[in-house]
Amino acid sequence: MSPEMATPLLAAIIGAIAIYGLAALLAGAIGGRALALVYPTAIAGAALAAGGDLAALVGQSDAMLQLPMGLPATGLHLRLDGLSAFFGLIVNVGVLAAAIYGLGLDREHGLNPRVEPFFALFAAAMNLVLIAADAFSFLFSWELMSLASWALVVARHDDADNRHAGHVYLVMAAMGTTALLFVFGGLAGIAGNYSFAAMREAHPSVTVVALVLTGTIVGAGSKAGLVPLHAWLPLAHPAAPSHVSALMSGVMTKVAIYGMIRIVFDLLGAPSWWWSLPFLLLGAASAVMGLLYAVLDRDLKRMLAYSTVENVGIISVGLGLALAFKSSGLDAAAAVATSAALLHSLNHSWFKSLLFLGAGAVLHGTGRRDFDGLGGLIHRLPVTAALWLVGVMSIAALPPFNGFVSEWLLFQAVLAGPQFPYPILRFLSPAVGAMLALAAALAAACFVRAYGTVFLGRPRSPAAAVAREANRPQLAAMGLLAVLCLFGGLFSVFTIALIQPLLVQYAGMPMASAGAGPTFFSLVAISAARSTYDAPIIALFLIVSGTVTTMAVHRLAARRTRRSAAWDCGFPDASPATQYTASSFAQPLRRVYGTAMFGSSERVDMPEPGDLRPARLDVRFVDYVWQGLHAAPAGMVLSLSEWLNRLQFLSIRRYLMLMFSALIVLLLIAAVWF
Amino acid sequence: MNYAYNVSHLLAGLMLVASFALLYQDRIFAVLNTFAAQAMLLAMSVGWEGWSQGRPNLYITAAIALILKGIVIPVALHRMIVRLGIHRDVEQVLNVGKTLLIGLALTALSLLLVLKVTAAAQNFTREGLALALAIILLGLLMMITRRNAVTQIVGFMSLENGLILAATGARGMPLVVEVSVAFSVLIALFVFAVFVFRIRERFDSVDIDALEQVRGDRK
Repeated sequence: MSPEMATPLLAAIIGAIAIYGLAALLAGAIGGRALALVYPTAIAGAALAAGGDLAALVGQSDAMLQLPMGLPATGLHLRLDGLSAFFGLIVNVGVLAAAIYGLGLDREHGLNPRVEPFFALFAAAMNLVLIAADAFSFLFSWELMSLASWALVVARHDDADNRHAGHVYLVMAAMGTTALLFVFGGLAGIAGNYSFAAMREAHPSVTVVALVLTGTIVGAGSKAGLVPLHAWLPLAHPAAPSHVSALMSGVMTKVAIYGMIRIVFDLLGAPSWWWSLPFLLLGAASAVMGLLYAVLDRDLKRMLAYSTVENVGIISVGLGLALAFKSSGLDAAAAVATSAALLHSLNHSWFKSLLFLGAGAVLHGTGRRDFDGLGGLIHRLPVTAALWLVGVMSIAALPPFNGFVSEWLLFQAVLAGPQFPYPILRFLSPAVGAMLALAAALAAACFVRAYGTVFLGRPRSPAAAVAREANRPQLAAMGLLAVLCLFGGLFSVFTIALIQPLLVQYAGMPMASAGAGPTFFSLVAISAARSTYDAPIIALFLIVSGTVTTMAVHRLAARRTRRSAAWDCGFPDASPATQYTASSFAQPLRRVYGTAMFGSSERVDMPEPGDLRPARLDVRFVDYVWQGLHAAPAGMVLSLSEWLNRLQFLSIRRYLMLMFSALIVLLLIAAVWF
Repeated sequence: MNYAYNVSHLLAGLMLVASFALLYQDRIFAVLNTFAAQAMLLAMSVGWEGWSQGRPNLYITAAIALILKGIVIPVALHRMIVRLGIHRDVEQVLNVGKTLLIGLALTALSLLLVLKVTAAAQNFTREGLALALAIILLGLLMMITRRNAVTQIVGFMSLENGLILAATGARGMPLVVEVSVAFSVLIALFVFAVFVFRIRERFDSVDIDALEQVRGDRK
């Protein structure tokens, strides 16, 4: 389709941004009644934008628009190409689900004037980032996105934790944008043309490429939550209201991924093999570290945020493998790796949003989000429990849900690793694969723990015992996402078909199209002879075998009535404290990994016989990343500034001495240099 | 023409000697006398430059230096000291030996630097410039090592002597600049004097350490 034909689609996106912006403006200016209008308006905007993105993706359109705004010499460039449309779809479906969920907030709670205007602004800014086609508008909308989400993080600023989260987030966001500034400065070069089109033409030197890669990792990587730049994420994501957490964790991290792909795959030109190293190493570290944090955490929403770190790591490994295969000329494997990264972005946005909305429903129903206060919610919130189970199975990569598809593709890419011509990559790819496998196992453990603690067992607090089910719009939002998760799992051939043009552009060749395998719905990685995945058949097998097993168990087990013993199988005390807790479930993993990764130490305080005080088990953790990368530099800056502050209180003679020594030093330098 | 430079180097060298003398003098009147001698040497040097370079306007500079710095300022400072009643010993921060060693190092540095940096410039002005820089640095050093406000003023004036020497040694500095520098020095003297008297009124001392007590942050 020619650019002229596609302009209406770009106009639809801009129209949706205008709708979001209008909703933000009205809600911000009027407040009160207008706040209630934000979510219906946002639903309209999201539907329009998602439709536009989907049409652009299906029609393979590429629309450009240049407006006489922005930087004087550059102007404002907007462009809706395949990559923008794909990530636009992620963003707008996420916004759609969050806004539907927001409709439910509206009836139950009072609306918060600190949330609704920024929700719409946040949605507008994310769309703007995706269609920006010059450095200035990209950075402007990127910063707008950061600030809008920051405002959402500190919406409930009466809580000191939220203020701390907002502070850390603001510092990290400022640092990230500064790094991106250097990235675009390097890409624009000395000529200084800041439109993306001009950057694509430039051929930067190795030094500039290294600078750009570092800046991208720091700038976009910190926004996405790559280890070790993830520290703000588990603080900020849970601090926001739950539907906003869903957007931040499920969607905004994908905008950061989009930034990485746009810069590294699109603007930087043909890759060299070493470009993949930071993505592979940091990605693998994120995958494992993120889940180790998650599996030990005792807060439902924070656990989900840590799990986002893991998923971003998986996506990053996918991108790294794609770069490595592409630079080695292995286009078929590059296509598999790229599709794994893109599909996992899409899938993660669905199931992570679903999980966060479910966590919101739990928080809404019980008022608590700590594992120690939840339990047994499957009886009180049956629909939420069922929908959350879909999310849990997706994120744990169980077939036939969508998480399995992208992780399967990623492992197929890892298995193509021995073909690398470079020894380092040949060595690294199985290592990274092993880390991913560990992460996958940990993810399963983590979410079994989460689901079991929250929904199974008996309530651990009175609030959990009287929890209320979420209302209809909230269930509808979760239902929409659960259906998408199932759809993405069963009919991945369609999602693959959607991204084929992107694969051609960024990997060099498409994946095998639908029907290449044994059945129409089977997914083929690299070649049908090597590996295929047929989700509907596996789903059918699972259903049949599950049904048969259940029936067999019931028939064989329920033959005769049994009387239970008086002591009830050693389970005489009905206190909920006797059941497994989140901490006790994670204890073996903590013993294995905690000492090395988190310096965890246990201390048992056992009272003497006859002493009536309770025994205590204290577990302490050290967050090395926080201490090394955040607390230590902050402390250094603080002590340095305190030290420099003393310069404000010197005697006259000392000031003269300072001046004098500065002069002498300069003279010495001049004497030595010239 | 060569002896013209020899004479100007001799005068500049004598000024440098005077600067060293300023560094270790610990009687306040002796400091004043040495300063007056340096100013007169400056006047002679500038006059000599005016004669040897054939620039009569330098005679005006020389006259200003002689009258203001050689006579007016020392006399004014003398009267100030008498009125303040501080014709006692000047205390120093560093001891004389160390101060003189530092002064030597500074002189070496300025010679090294100027001779190296201006290698391409006219041969004979280079030494003059080096000596002037040394005088400037020694003036600064004096300002740092002294605690008494009056001797700090003298240090500043001595520094300024070095500036004028450098300016006249180089050709082409307009008269206006020299005159305005001379007057700014005079005005600086007035300002200093007013401050010294006020300090004295408040603290019964012209030791600048007394100034720090009023800020309340001396640790």
